[in-house]
Amino acid sequence: MQDFPSAFSAAFALIFSGDPEFLGIVGLSLSVTLSAVALACLIGMPLGAALAVARFPGRGALVVIVNALMGLPPVVVGLVVYLTLSRSGPLGALGLLYTPAAMIVAQTILVTPIVAALTRQAVADLNAEYDEYLRSLGASRIDTVGTLLWDARFSLVTAALAGFGRASAEVGAVMIVGGNIAHVTRVMTTAIALETSRGRLALALGLGIVLLAISLAVNAAVMAVRTRAQAVGHA
Amino acid sequence: MLEFAQPDLWPLTLDRVSLARGGRALLDAVSLTLTPGGVTALIGPNGAGKSLTLRLIAGLIAPDAGSVRWGARAAPAKGAVALVFQRPVLLRRSVAANLDHALSVAGVARRMRPARRAALLALGGLETLADRPARALSGGEAQRLALARALAAQPRLLLLDEPAASLDPAATAAIEALIARVAAQGTTVLLVSHDVGQARRLAGRVVFLHAGRVVEDAPADRALNHPQSPEARAYLAGRLLF
Repeated sequence: MQDFPSAFSAAFALIFSGDPEFLGIVGLSLSVTLSAVALACLIGMPLGAALAVARFPGRGALVVIVNALMGLPPVVVGLVVYLTLSRSGPLGALGLLYTPAAMIVAQTILVTPIVAALTRQAVADLNAEYDEYLRSLGASRIDTVGTLLWDARFSLVTAALAGFGRASAEVGAVMIVGGNIAHVTRVMTTAIALETSRGRLALALGLGIVLLAISLAVNAAVMAVRTRAQAVGHA
Repeated sequence: MLEFAQPDLWPLTLDRVSLARGGRALLDAVSLTLTPGGVTALIGPNGAGKSLTLRLIAGLIAPDAGSVRWGARAAPAKGAVALVFQRPVLLRRSVAANLDHALSVAGVARRMRPARRAALLALGGLETLADRPARALSGGEAQRLALARALAAQPRLLLLDEPAASLDPAATAAIEALIARVAAQGTTVLLVSHDVGQARRLAGRVVFLHAGRVVEDAPADRALNHPQSPEARAYLAGRLLF
């Protein structure tokens, strides 16, 4: 067991040492999370826009469900994906369990409702304002959704960043479906959990600092997007 | 203009159109016929049903009773009728991009758009503002953009809802000059206003709407100087009607 200051200095030394194990963990984390956020945007943004614009029976219930899914517990998502991908599960034949692909699937499920719900809110607000104008132009459904998504672009970037924040900090789902296997599925959050329990505080702390820095950078990016949006009279 | 080649808009007729919301009659058997050419002003006090009438003519809402016909059609042809709202809905893009969007939705081919966009910018006196975010424009500039943008589809009927509401006199003069120019180029204009002076300056025909009913429909000179109905006389004399 090390004391706090020496753990800190060791952590910083590790961050700037270019240690391949450390960099590998950070790199895998980023690639898993970014892939999941990209997939979640591909699914969640059109879904959110459709929920904002389309009128069909059961839409209200669907909106409530999507909003509720924003708070999905990661461990539950992990468990469900685990059961689905495990050898006896319906998709067990794919052999994806304990691979980065399984982690991407789990995080995509976690992030999609966040992206969809935030997109729906932004597009619905915009649609309330644009609806009559777009109808007066005789705009097609595709024109309408395209216009709304583009004009909501700053809100959509914020939605994607919120999803990224959620996925990068999450530990339960990737632990269960990834298994925290060194050099294969070990990401920052699972490594921190493991190394802390093993008493290797320098590595845990170093990864924690990187995670915090990423979180700070994401929030700074959100702020920058908002400032930019206001600068172009978007608000 | 070539009316014979455009049987799909004229005559535009409202036949005993009624509309009620929450048990209150907002329009009560309104009948109105529009034929091509000229500027018609639809005037009357707030709440008379002027904006609703415009929305009916634009095909944005359907009447509860009666019918609206666009020539032989039961719905306006795409791009035939353009509507400028009292509070213009500007997209969260640059002035030029707002025009491009309208041109694109109107089906104007991509390579034709720059020239058309330049013509619309010039028409609206917006050349120096092309790259500005539309939402940062002043009231008068925003209204000029909305008007120029409404012409992107080369509509045959232009509907204007209080185009100079809450503008200063100079901005109002610019908008009115623009409307007069558009009308002179052959676009039929129907203008909602509660400004009698504006109707006098622009319109050849005046329709007076009161409490959801047409109470006066005559050439501007007669409607404004020798109104027949007591409601129009009272309104023009500056008395509050309710």
